[in-house]
Amino acid sequence: MKLGVLFSGGKDSMFACWKAMQKEEVACLITVVSRNPESYMFHTPNIRLAALQAEAAGLPLVEVGTAGEKEEELIDLERALRTAREQYGIEGVVTGAILSVYQAARVQRVCRELGLWSFNPLWLADQEAYMEELIDAGFRVVIAGVFSSPFDESWLGREIDRRTLDELRAIAQKYQVTLTGEGGELETFVVDAPFFAQRIAIEEASKVYRNYNGVLRIERAGLVAK
Amino acid sequence: MILLIDLCYRDGSLSRDEFVAPVERLLCRNGVASVTRHYTAVGASDLDSADAAILCGTALMDTGYLEHPELFRWLLTFERPVLGISSGMLALAAAFGGGVDPCREIGMTDMNVLAPDPLFSGQEVFPAYTVHDYAVQVPGEFVALAASDRCVQAIRHRSLPLYGLLFHPEVRNEWIVERFSRLAGRQSP
Repeated sequence: MKLGVLFSGGKDSMFACWKAMQKEEVACLITVVSRNPESYMFHTPNIRLAALQAEAAGLPLVEVGTAGEKEEELIDLERALRTAREQYGIEGVVTGAILSVYQAARVQRVCRELGLWSFNPLWLADQEAYMEELIDAGFRVVIAGVFSSPFDESWLGREIDRRTLDELRAIAQKYQVTLTGEGGELETFVVDAPFFAQRIAIEEASKVYRNYNGVLRIERAGLVAK
Repeated sequence: MILLIDLCYRDGSLSRDEFVAPVERLLCRNGVASVTRHYTAVGASDLDSADAAILCGTALMDTGYLEHPELFRWLLTFERPVLGISSGMLALAAAFGGGVDPCREIGMTDMNVLAPDPLFSGQEVFPAYTVHDYAVQVPGEFVALAASDRCVQAIRHRSLPLYGLLFHPEVRNEWIVERFSRLAGRQSP
């Protein structure tokens, strides 16, 4: 089955893509670029670099823009899926939804209207096992956004390796946040994945941070040999 | 031991992680032993050794299991607790002659409890996650236990511990699977 992966550049959509590749054919990546940083559906820092990640993976990218208004962004999502179906013949869509009924249900509805299958291979995943598998499989993930206490500026740009995971584990227990940042506490950016032919080198980045809210803005990045 | 049955389009499908694995983990967390079989591979020994069975859901577009009613005839003589979830409810109802009506619900929906039953005891209305295109026509041997404002959402056989839920209890209503597990435990020899 040919599938399109809804793709934000963060760890969850990238890991879902990898899971899908093991069972079906991933024909393209699909990115909705929201102009609204408060969008519940599509907000993510560094979304413009999805194209570079797609190039690293050797996959075509369908990219559409949206103003990010609550229901209108679903029309833009539908437009993206129609384009992916026309250009790459996708029969289904993969998302990295883990706990968000809001996101999963909205994608399910749009897919059903278009007669597309919908897959959520991380749905209700065991968070510990998922994070372990992510690291073991060779994903290299950096923290690109923090939106909650106790994450200070030093977390921006940190790679999620074993040491960071240990710290996240302690924070998750103490502050009642999920290990994966499902409550929106963290945003991530993937610089390498097992299916990347090349990896991404961050050449220039800046941090914007205030009062437990911050993003790592990647100003310049390129592809390098693995 | 609970026999978990995967109704997805093929064994080891991409849907397995979404519709079967969460129920497996939920049972494991509650210390309930389970074994999973794809619906095309359920054998006599699986059925003999099971204290109960759970038929898991599928993706909306995934209705292949409805084309093989012969693979669900064992439900007529199983006589131990069964929980059919979403597509599993459709398969259970179909085995007893129940048809389907178009009824699409996707997202959180309020469930209104209609009749007393240990599975929903203490609840009158609760929100639940629905992902389905069809509702069941309740077979004659079954009673309706709960409904949304659109359709019947839960059924139980009149004399056997056979349950069907159109919604997904593994999403935000794990207590229902836990209650079913206890029910299955009580019925074990």
